[in-house]
Order: sequence, then C-alpha cells, then structure tokens
Amino acid sequence: MASNPASLLAELAPDLDPAAVAQLRVLVPTGYGLNCEAETAAAFELLGARVEQLHVAELLADPNRLRGCAILAFIGGFSFGDHVASGRVLANRLRFQLGDALARHVADGGLAIGMCNGFQVMVKLGLLPGPLVSADPADRLAPQRASVVGNDRHGYRDAWVRMRCDPASACVWTRGLDLIESPSRHGEGKLVFADNEIRAQLEAEHRFPVRYVDAAGEPTEAWPANPSGSAGGVAGLCDRSGRVFGLMPHPEAFLYAENHPRWVARDDAAATQARHGLGLRVFANGLRAALVSPD
Amino acid sequence: MTLHRLEIEARSGLGDPLAEATRRRLDTWLQLRPRALATRRVYHLELGLDADEAAQVLAALVDPVAEVGALGMLADPVHEGEPAWVLSIGSLPGVTDAVGSSVARAAADCVGRPLRGNVYTSTLYLFWGLEREAIERAAKQLLYNPLIQRMKLELAPRALDLSVPRAGSAAAPEVHIVPLRAADDAALETISRDGMLALSLTEMRAIQAHFAQLGRDPTDAELECLAQTWSEHCKHKIFASPIHYTDPSGVGRVLERGLFRGYVRAATETVAAQRLARSLDPAGENFLVSVFHDNAGVVRFTEADHLVYKVETHNSPSALDPYGGAMTGIVGVNRDSFGTGLGADLLTNVWGYCFGDPRGDHSELPAGLMHPRRIRDGVHLGVIDGGNQSGIPYSRGFELFDPRYTGKPLVYCGTVAAMPVAVPGPDGAARPTHEKPIAVGDNIVMVGGRIGKDGIHGATFSSVELDEQSPVQAVQIGDPITQKMMWDFLTEARDRGLFSGMTDNGAGGLSSSVGELAEATGGARIDLAAAPLKYPGLAPWEILISEAQERMTVAVPPSELEAFLELAQRREVEASVLGVFTDAGRFEVTYAGTSVCDLGLAFLHEGVPLPTLEARWSPPTPSVASPAAARAQLEALDSAGLGAAILDLVARPNLAANDDRARHYDHEVKGLSVIKPLLGIRGDVPATATVMRVRHGRDEGVVLGEGIHPWYADIDTDAMARACVDEGVRRVLCAGARPDRIAALDNFCWPDPIRSAKTPDGEHKLAQLVRCCEGLHDACVAYGVPLISGKDSMKNDAFLGGVKISIPPTLLVSVIGQTTDVAQSLSLEPRGSDDRVYLLGPTALELDGSEYARACADRGAPLAATDVPRTDLERCWARYQAFVEQRDAGRVRSAHVCGRGGLALALVHMLLAGERSLELSLDALVDAQQLPLAAALLSESTGRIVFTSAAAHAPALEQALGPHGLVALGQLSSAGPPALRIQHGGGGSALELSLASLRARFEEGLHGI
Repeated sequence: MASNPASLLAELAPDLDPAAVAQLRVLVPTGYGLNCEAETAAAFELLGARVEQLHVAELLADPNRLRGCAILAFIGGFSFGDHVASGRVLANRLRFQLGDALARHVADGGLAIGMCNGFQVMVKLGLLPGPLVSADPADRLAPQRASVVGNDRHGYRDAWVRMRCDPASACVWTRGLDLIESPSRHGEGKLVFADNEIRAQLEAEHRFPVRYVDAAGEPTEAWPANPSGSAGGVAGLCDRSGRVFGLMPHPEAFLYAENHPRWVARDDAAATQARHGLGLRVFANGLRAALVSPD
Repeated sequence: MTLHRLEIEARSGLGDPLAEATRRRLDTWLQLRPRALATRRVYHLELGLDADEAAQVLAALVDPVAEVGALGMLADPVHEGEPAWVLSIGSLPGVTDAVGSSVARAAADCVGRPLRGNVYTSTLYLFWGLEREAIERAAKQLLYNPLIQRMKLELAPRALDLSVPRAGSAAAPEVHIVPLRAADDAALETISRDGMLALSLTEMRAIQAHFAQLGRDPTDAELECLAQTWSEHCKHKIFASPIHYTDPSGVGRVLERGLFRGYVRAATETVAAQRLARSLDPAGENFLVSVFHDNAGVVRFTEADHLVYKVETHNSPSALDPYGGAMTGIVGVNRDSFGTGLGADLLTNVWGYCFGDPRGDHSELPAGLMHPRRIRDGVHLGVIDGGNQSGIPYSRGFELFDPRYTGKPLVYCGTVAAMPVAVPGPDGAARPTHEKPIAVGDNIVMVGGRIGKDGIHGATFSSVELDEQSPVQAVQIGDPITQKMMWDFLTEARDRGLFSGMTDNGAGGLSSSVGELAEATGGARIDLAAAPLKYPGLAPWEILISEAQERMTVAVPPSELEAFLELAQRREVEASVLGVFTDAGRFEVTYAGTSVCDLGLAFLHEGVPLPTLEARWSPPTPSVASPAAARAQLEALDSAGLGAAILDLVARPNLAANDDRARHYDHEVKGLSVIKPLLGIRGDVPATATVMRVRHGRDEGVVLGEGIHPWYADIDTDAMARACVDEGVRRVLCAGARPDRIAALDNFCWPDPIRSAKTPDGEHKLAQLVRCCEGLHDACVAYGVPLISGKDSMKNDAFLGGVKISIPPTLLVSVIGQTTDVAQSLSLEPRGSDDRVYLLGPTALELDGSEYARACADRGAPLAATDVPRTDLERCWARYQAFVEQRDAGRVRSAHVCGRGGLALALVHMLLAGERSLELSLDALVDAQQLPLAAALLSESTGRIVFTSAAAHAPALEQALGPHGLVALGQLSSAGPPALRIQHGGGGSALELSLASLRARFEEGLHGI
C-alpha cells in the first residue's frame, strides 16, 4: 500500500525530488465545522510533503503563520454549519481578518487549492476566480464575482462523478490530467456569475479547468453526471495564474485504489494494480508547481 | 435591545431549490399544486445593532451575486394579478436555533465587536394559486410541527412583523421541598405521575423510607435526580431484576441474576474465558479492552488503536419531532463513543429505522400520530444533517416497515470510533486512553452548549408510553456545529493531557453525568449557579436534569485547569467550572449557597428496589404449523407465478431500493471507504457489509454488518435472536472479517413487558424477552462473539385516543469485525465472466416471518405456517470456519448472505450489482432438501452464504465445503441480455427474470415516497 512516500512519488511524479518535496510546507486550516482535514493532510503527506494543520483561530491571531507556506489548502466540511449559505460565515471572517495576508500569499505565487466547502469559501472570498485583469497592487482580495448556490435538485447528495480536465487551462493542479473521478458530496455546488461577460471571459481564458462529463466523456448539465446543474458542466475554477484552484468534488477522498466504487472490477480488468487513488495526482501536481517558480 | 428584521431570497432567475423540493412534496404527498411558490430566509437580529451596523450585517450575509435582501421586508410580488399568501414558520421559544447562533457570530465578525443577544430565524413560503385552507393543510401535514414551531399565514400586503420567540422568565431559582414523608400510597403515585417521574410505587416507597430515615423531606431536585438515575432508561431495571420465568413447556424457575448479568454479560464473560483457555490473545493484549462500564464498548484493533462502538435508539423523541429527535439520536451517540475513556476519534456512523407503512393515506391514525412517511422524511433528514455536518461518514443503513411501528418508530443510530491506545498525560508520559484517571480534587467542568428547558424528562419520558400528555420539552434539537467545535477542542485538550476523564450529558443531564463520574472518586460537589443558561428562569432542578445537547462533563486536574480554560476560549467553546470531585460519598448540589441536592451515592446508584418480575410464556394465539398445506401452496406456484412473486418481493418497501435516500448520507468523508454501503455498477444495491480503513496510510480495516428480524419474534424470540447474531456475523465474514476478532452490540426495543391494566399480556412479553436473551447468549457463545455494549428501550407503545399500538419485540445485533488488509475485501458483486455460483448451507421449509409470507398475507392469501428459521449454531460456526479458510485461500471471489427475501433476493442483488446473467439450475438444491422450488428460493433459512468462485478453484473448494452443505447452483454468463435464469425439473421448466424488469420493480418500491 501507499504508505511509503518515496515509492508513491516515484510512481506518480518521478520527476520530483523527494528531498525537495519534504521541504514543502502545506498549511491546512481547520476548525469551525470544517471536517476534511485528515484526508487532505494525508493527500500531501502520502507524497512526502510537510503538512501543518492549524486551527483557523490561530491563523487569524497570527497571519504571519501563512508565511513560508507553499500551498494553502481550503478543506471541505460544513464551516459554521453552512448556515446562512455555504461558506458564507467563514469567508466573511477570513475576509475581515486575513484578507490582505491571503491576497499577498497569492500575489507572491503561493499555491492554493479548495475542495467543496473550501472552494465555496474561496469563491465567496473573491480568491476565485480572483482578479479579472491583474492583481490588485494593494494586495487586496478581489470582490466576489461568482457564487456557488443550491443544486437544482434540493439537498445534499453523495455520488461519484467524472470530470474532464481542460488541457488548455493554465491550472497547474490539473496539468497533464485527463479524467478525474471523485466523490461529489454537497447540496450547494452550482456555479453562477455576476454577469455573462465575466462568464465569457473566464470561458475564453480557460479558467474552468474541470467539467462534469457524461458516460461519453462530454461535458454535461444533466443529473446525476452533473450533480448541481452547473452550466456547461463547470465543476471548478482557477485564477489567472492557474496556481489557485478550487472544485466542488473531493479528489482528496480518492487516495487509495480501494476508494473507487468500482475498485474490485477495475482490479480484475487491469494487468497491474496501482494501489494509490488517482485523486493523488492532483496533489502531486500541486507539489510540482510549488517546486517550480511561477513565470 | 434593538431588533432588526432581514429578509433574503434568491436573485430572480437563479432558481429556488427549496421551493422546488417543497412543490414536489406538496404534489406527491398532498396533491396540492400551487401556481407559483417561493421561499425566503428571515433573521430577526436582537443584538443591539444600530441602523448602520444592521445594514452592514445585511450586506455581509446576502450573497452579492446570487441573492437579494432587505432590512425589514422584501416586496411580495403579484402573480397573474393575484397577491401572495405568506406562510411564516419559526421556532417556538427556547427551541435550539443553530442557524441563529451562526448569524449572531457572523454579525459580531462583521461589526468587529462582541455582541450579546439572540438571532431568531424563520422561513417564509410565498404561495400563489392556493386557497387559505389548502395552505393550512400543507402547513399542518408537511411544513410545520406545532410542538416546536409557530406559524403565521397572511395575505399580502403584510405588516412588518417584529415578534420574536424570546425565551425565559423572571422566575427566581427556588428550591421546593416535597412533603414525601406524610404522603400515603395514592399521594406517592400522584407525585410520581404529575411530576413525570416514572417512578413506581415501590420505588416511591423506597425513597420515602430513605428520607424518613434521614429525618427530612427531599427537595424537588433530589426527587428528580433519583427519578432520572433510577429510570428504566438509565438503570435498565427490567434487565437487572430477578425474574420468575415460566418457559414454553410450563416449567417455572427464578432467574436470580437477571437478564443482563445472567445472559448478556454472561455471554461476554464466557467468550472471554474461552479466548483465555484457547490462548487466542497474546499476553496483555486481550481482545476485550473495556466493556459494559463506559459509554461504549472498546476492543483491540492494532498496536496503535482500539475500536469503540455504540448503537443507541432515540424512538420517543423521534415520534414527536422526527427531525430534531432523530438528529439528537445521532449526535447523542456520537458523544457516547467520543466520550469513552479519555476520548476517541469518531470514525463512522450507522443508521437503521423501523417505520409504519409509508404508503397509503393513514386517515385512520389517531390524533397525535404523524403519517409514517412524514416521520420517515424527518428522521432521515435529521440523521443526515447530524452526521454530515459532523464530518462522519455513514456505513450501514437499513429501513424496515410494519404497521406496528406506526405508534413509535425505532430510530437506531450508532458510531464507531478509533481510540488511540495511549495519549500523553499531563507529564507527557503515555497513559492508556480507555481509562479515566479521575482524582479527588479534579474540577468538574461543563463544556459545550448552554442549558435550557429542552430535553427535560427525556430519560423518564422514554420510560413510559407515548400519550396525549407527552411533554413537549422532552424533545431536544441538536446543533452539530457547536458539537463539532467542542470535539475539536476536546481532542486537542486530550492530546495535551489536559483532563482526566469525561462523559457526555445525555439522558438525565448533569444529574447523570456528574452522578456517574462521581463514582470514580466517591463523590462530587457542584454549584448550579455557575452553569451557563440559554435564558433566565430555570429552576435548579431543571438545570440539574436538562438534556440540552452538545455538552460534555469533563474532569480537569487543578494543575491543568488554566490551560484547559484558555484553550476553550481560543476555540470559542464555552467551558464552566461547576465544582469538584470529592470522596465524601455524596452527590452535593447547591445553587449559590442554597442546598439543592445532597444524596448518598450508595442510595443514588444502588438504592433502587428490584422486585422479582413475572414472565410466563403464554402466546395469545399459538401458531400451529401445517407444513403439508404450505408445501401444497408453494408447489402450486408455476414458473410464471414464482417469477411474479419475486418481482413483487423486490418492490416491497422492506426490500426495495433506498439509494435515493441513502445517497443523502455522506459515506465518503475522511476518504477511508473501501466497501461502500451502496455498490454495483449503478451503485444502488445495499452492501452485505461495509469495510473502511481506520487510519490513513494503513491497510487494516473495520467491517460492519447487522441482523434484525422482528417478524421472527412473532413466532419465537429465541429464533429471532439466533438469526440476528447469525446474520450479522455472516455478513462481516462474507466481506472479509477475521473470525477471531468479531464483536457484537445488542439493542433491545420492546413493547412494555410489565403486566398492568394497560398491558394485560406483559408476562408473555417478558417471557419473550427472556427467550430472546437465551438465544442471544447461546449464539454469541457458540460463535465466540462477545457483546461489548448494548441498549434497551422497553416502553415502545403508543396509547392515543383509546388505541394502543405496540411494536413487535425487536432485537438489533450490530456486528463489528476487523480485517488486516482492506484490499482483500469482498463484496456481493459477482466477478469474472464464467465464475461458478454456489450456495453454502442447508435450506429448510422455514417461511414463517418471511417477507414472502407477509406478501402472501398482504394479498389476502396467507401462507400456511411452517416454521421460523432455526439456527443450528454449532453447524453454522463450523461451516463459517470452513468458508473462511476457502475465502482466505483466495477461492471465493464474491459473497453474499441469504437473509430477508431468501435466496431469491440474494440472487437478485447479485444480478443488479454486476449486471451479468446468472445461469442456474436448482435441481440439486431442490432434490437435496426435498423442497418445493418456491421454498428453495423464498425460505429465509439462516446460516447460508451465496458466493462465486473461479472455475479453476471449483474442485478444491467443492471438496473442502462439501461436508458443510455446499450446493453448486450454476454460473455467470455474458450471453444474451442480463437476466436471472433458473432451470429446474431436469431442465423441463425455466424461470427467467430480466435485469430490466427486476430493476424497474426494485426502483419503483419506494419511489416518490
């Protein structure tokens, strides 16, 4: 199994130097009803990175703890119960108390990823899609231009989805990946935009790195392949640099081959059996990008 | 304090999923079709904000992209010339409002200063195209529960409504003396009944005698504290008392040790002794780590972690408020597993429900009972929200339906946790996590939520039947986020060695939690004035016994108190020092210097009288088996008739697909799932057992299954108990569990088994309980499976409008197994293109209590009595050991149990999951067992496993399992459209059921309900 980082890294990202990866610090803020810290930490740790889980309160008390962190991971869960609206209360708290530090992290080329509630928070914070033209010179967070609202079919649902990656996207997290399979587990995952111009711009800039696809591999708006009814099958967003990425499904819940609902059938069909889950590749991509300076 | 009203709705054109879901329910349930429907969220902010601040808060709460909001009111649009009917639904005073708490937090973040006060949330439904009466009906039957909510219906234009359900009163916290010593028997009974104490006359007399000896009368709080501690819910008196038992053969004897010690604990003790005798465990590494004395059972797993498991029921509250009652069930059992030893890490939840039939209009239901589909809806939602928001994945889940659950639904919720074998003590040195090293002088600290009147008398309420007087306050509503924040804090504190023990505040509140922990040192002293309240006006006795949720009672050594409280503050978790553990032998409670309660621990915990109970096997209508008649009925089914019967079976609510519901439960969070609760190509087949990793980066896993067969109890509860243990064990073995590391939990839900005017058949019901315990004991001993935790709920009757509805005696056996390598796990889904299909274990003419027999009865053509499935324990266990050998040798490629619905349903599951044809011949089976084909397919004989094996392994496997009742059924096939094809009569006759027809019926059974 996948408990040996060096061998996993050799399998998934042979170009990466384990010693260099071990120097990378990944910050995983926790608490307030967030709950995917174990699998998100494991995603990076299985590959050999150094993960620091830190309660959001400690980060707010000392924003300097963001310094020196290569990757900031916004995890899934139900921050403050998703009361009011998903991610709203936590996004506000972060904006009021940590906004400048977050904007600086991104402006300095820091990486960030958010899954599910983490993605909802990033969107409501303005981290995604981020500045539309160029980064604010005053290192301020962009205003909220998109939102994630209730699925067309009311209520939370848990089922695996398939997403196709846009090869033309600047997103470093999906680079080289074609299909990503992950569980989708949310009630509010439908992406909407302040106006059609923003949507068109994001479309033109390949800022939708992942889209839900049907059995034929085509982007779809039809349930259940697209759990939310998100237009164009859009499942996630990246910023202009491609280093900040968020999506509704949970690649961090596909770390082991046995996470996949069809793992037995796949094992039977395959000549060799990879014991890691393909969701790990997203995180390996993030580590690779962290070792390469942004352009 | 200033009050502002905020209204928020979706921006036009963006859709309103809640309105859409409501529209669908109105249509399918009530046949109401409004022309248009919209919803809004309303927050009343009583926070002392000024007008500018209120506007800022509005701006921070409203999504700038997706929503619009207003201070005061949004305009109510006119639709096709028609004004809207506006239905407002909010909480009653004092009902937990978790959303309101989050909005208050958000408001404080926004204005940048701490705020005092409350936020009250409500929901507006705007209807067009429905009359007032129709909307009132919709409110009453779907949208609102008068026990916890208030509603208002008005036609637009509305006036600004600034009323809020403010709770509390100016009542002074007084302690009353109850004149018990002077009371005669009639007065004692009145005091118990009027005070909702659920104390019997014998118990009231014992209390009277105790206080007469002390030379004083008790306070109201002392009486309440005794009532909680002595409640059936907390003290399990029916399981503790001696029983005079007359068995089915008419022979009488006295079970001096009672049911718990004589059967339940005895089984575990015997299994422990067997393990010792056989040296199954290395020295110092007993499988059983902690059983029966803590909140949940603990067994050994790896060198790093133990496993903790507890399953609870929350039936009575779920009857009154399905959503809140059921949510409290799951978040409550979470606290049990969490609060075991020094704290465990919650791993996975299980759920299981027994409801009335959700179909039909049920207009005959007595007033006070909800339609079973509404109870079902609310229970699901409550447990979904409770578990999902806590970040704990679900593993197992089942639903059963029977009209006798219409009075009280059964709501089972359970939680597995991983407990680190050791955690650091205050000095940094490791100490065992499963112990609670509480010392005299340790502080008693209450952590988490505040205390209100919610859940007062929950423990005593669950110890009586449901009737018109059932107290509204008995319902508590959970707040999973407050609880999650509390766990995160307590886990940090545990890992820093900041406390020496904890337990949850569930039934009986502080009176139980402090009362129990006090046994560790031999005393406790608390001051209730230090307990934080949700609102003023609670009497001291109410503070003492309130079951307000999200609270743990923690023992904190003086040296760690400052660090503990400081960490709590940083994590926004309220922690209040209430008192100290002593060795005075007393439970002493004061309120700001006034004595509230001063009870000797010995009397509190051991003083309850346990008179000998009467049990007599005396079934009202003994069933007379007529197997010949049943055979004739079964033989009369031709292939077409049998096919139709199977299709009908698959659509019955007990067997139909419930993935539509089950997928609302998160079963993937934590990223550890291996065999998920739903599987197969379409992900709609319930797994035989579930498997998940326990820690990241490791391959050991936990395997979960269960058995529940309430209909067998109608014939014989001994057979029911054996069947439950057998099926639970068989399930985990199919999935790959080690046979030497299996443990089980017992949950008894019974109708009142004490004879009284209302329960003339109580002696038989108690005899049924005795036989159930005998069966449970025998099965556990035979399989070497210890019972590590349990729960009993003994008053599952509803008495409403002169109608009594009692549940059938129901035992749930939840089984927890272990595997060393999750990658070796098996599921029921067949593999390979031509694997062989086998049935292991004999089939007998055992259709009593079967799903097929119920289907016949529902059609008005009852099947003649045969027998209930009996379980030959020794043979079964030998068979399973042989099976496990083959399994571990890699000769088994998929495995499934024959359970409800018999072999037919197992085969249907295999077809649905793999969408590969099964080409079978049942001649060998029919011949070997001398059974009608229908009986071979529909009998529910226990002890049977259907499995597949690669053709190459067949000879070795057949040789090894031949002596254990192995029958070759046929093989998988990829030819033609997928179907279940069964030849019999030497190929003269064939039964073919296509995958498409089976799936259509499977999906249809519960569709839209």
